[in-house]
Amino acid sequence: MSVIVAENISKKYIIDHQRKNGSSGLRDIVSDTVDKWFRKQEKNGFAEKEEFWALQDVNFSIDKGDRIGIVGHNGAGKSTLLKIMSRITEPTTGQIKIDGRIASLLEVGTGFHPELTGRENIFLNGAILGMSKAEIRESFDAIVDFAGVEKFLDTPVKRYSSGMYVRLGFAIAAHLNPEILIVDEVLAVGDTEFQKKCLGKMRDVSESGRTLLFVSHNLTAIQALCNKSFYFEKGRLIDQGDTTHIVTNYLSKVSHKSLEKHWDNIDSAPGNDQVRVKSFKLFPEYQDELNHIDVRTPINFQFEFWNMVEGASLNLSMHLYTFTGECIFNVGTQAESFSKGLVSGTCEIPGNFLNDGSYVVSMMIVKDTSTVLYNMEEALVFDIEDYRENVTWYGKWPGYIRPQLNFSIRQSEHVVND
Amino acid sequence: MATQHSITIKAGGSEKDYWKDLWLNKQLLWILSKRDLSVRYKQTLLGVAWSVLRPLMTMTVMVFVYSYVAKIKADPGIPYPLMVLGGLTIWTFFANTFTQISNSILINHNLVSKVYFPRLLMPLSSVAVGFVDFLITFGIYLLVTAFFQTPISWQIIFLPCFILLTFITSMGFGLFFAVLNVRFRDIGQLIPFMVQVGMYVCPVAYPSSLVKGTWYEKYYNLNPLVGIIDGFRWCLLGSKSYFNPQSLYSTVITSSIILVISLIYFRKKENTFVDHI
Repeated sequence: MSVIVAENISKKYIIDHQRKNGSSGLRDIVSDTVDKWFRKQEKNGFAEKEEFWALQDVNFSIDKGDRIGIVGHNGAGKSTLLKIMSRITEPTTGQIKIDGRIASLLEVGTGFHPELTGRENIFLNGAILGMSKAEIRESFDAIVDFAGVEKFLDTPVKRYSSGMYVRLGFAIAAHLNPEILIVDEVLAVGDTEFQKKCLGKMRDVSESGRTLLFVSHNLTAIQALCNKSFYFEKGRLIDQGDTTHIVTNYLSKVSHKSLEKHWDNIDSAPGNDQVRVKSFKLFPEYQDELNHIDVRTPINFQFEFWNMVEGASLNLSMHLYTFTGECIFNVGTQAESFSKGLVSGTCEIPGNFLNDGSYVVSMMIVKDTSTVLYNMEEALVFDIEDYRENVTWYGKWPGYIRPQLNFSIRQSEHVVND
Repeated sequence: MATQHSITIKAGGSEKDYWKDLWLNKQLLWILSKRDLSVRYKQTLLGVAWSVLRPLMTMTVMVFVYSYVAKIKADPGIPYPLMVLGGLTIWTFFANTFTQISNSILINHNLVSKVYFPRLLMPLSSVAVGFVDFLITFGIYLLVTAFFQTPISWQIIFLPCFILLTFITSMGFGLFFAVLNVRFRDIGQLIPFMVQVGMYVCPVAYPSSLVKGTWYEKYYNLNPLVGIIDGFRWCLLGSKSYFNPQSLYSTVITSSIILVISLIYFRKKENTFVDHI
């Protein structure tokens, strides 16, 4: 039985290039109207305005008990869809029929008032999310317990740490009892332990036969929680179906990786009159048929350059950075003396070493182990996807590296009772 | 967001169950009102005393300026301070609720963009603060009446009607500006100015008997606040206070029409608030 049926949903926004401060003032409207009045012939008087379709012709139906994951790039229309389904904004065309009590959680702690105490905010936020006073009172203790804020119940929430604030917000939402629950990327906040709790709670919701719609960039969480997924791109629902299939499809399309760079012509290649780069390539040893790099995948780098100075003493130095710019490591080769011609270097990053994330590599050619001849910055970019086995926890794995070390536990003593 | 069990979302198709939805959300209305009230004087030294001090100070200044400096007289047999405080009580109620309603959507923008409920709840709940202030000022008025040993007239039984009329008028104007305020922040600049000018245009500091017989009287009476303020004072001070019934008709008609138009306008626009806020 379908509980949600969407037909031809589209949402149009008008982008106003003219305005720089966001909201358009009365003055602009007046002057635009006057302009238009006096320059009737000029057809492009409003040319600065551009239509933008945040969603276009979206059709789907969701059955009772389905857990739907929604994936797509930023700006693909995911949040707009959730906003329409939560009735926060109207579609420009089309309609959605919804059967059942629906609650949406687009933000943690919606409507929290900083001056009010934790206790007051539980009632305020609960009411805003659609709980009755009796329902809130009933789950009050459970909420406080889940959030772990007993001691601060009568403190204004503006004095809360951001972690406490988020925990309280999620705790309230977690005790909603809707038939359909819409959740937007709320797991991006809070510490790992709390994320774990949140996911556990959402699992409970999904296992109790309720319908769940879940937007997240955390693909691991989506794979764990959702049985079906929607893939949005540029406002269109381009694929839907089994979560594994959608996630694979998504991964193969979205990676903004650049795994290879090469120049055939020595004159146009980057470098200088001493060295010029021929190629820099990355060869993953794929572990499965999905052909994407995950935490298990060993990665080989191959770097080739032309040496144009006879007898130069050269070595290579490679830096690996996170996408946000922290250097994870720097490795260098031994210096050697080379004659004119092609020189190549290889490096292997073993599997089960780096954590999931996006990484940037730069390569330096160094002369006499002291002078940087050429530094190829941000030469390669690649993503490592998450992969877990025998783990029932789906939060973001912390740390830059995720090595497999000799780490074991065993029973070292048996206590015999009585 | 307690919603009924089956809904259809489509462009311009705000559901027919809107008013039922509003009723179902009455608890939220109550909670939002309570929030505004309890937040009002947080982190102030004097707290609720402000609600008492402000009207008292305004009255003192006005009595001094209009009665002693400008030598304006109240209607015969009525102490000037009582006339001013009477007018001020109901005018402040109007001015406060009107201002709060006009700002209600903007102030609650974080709710507008994140959760659905009938948007009319926001202007409705914003009235609470103004109403409580009104009750306090009214209490002061009664104390001052006792001080001047003026008897309360029997007409006081009509008082609720005038309070209701004030509410209708402030809703009518407020809703309209609340919608405009979302789109044009100019309204935020305009409202304090309107309230300031309104106090002189309306018979707050002077009796409208001064206008009686002038050529502009009929235009003057078109202002719905004239009927409300005169009527309110008539309820409290009895027939000695000037009250032209004609101004009351104009109040009832003008305010009702404005309220209906504003409501339609508000309902038409409320689903697009989030796109402009």
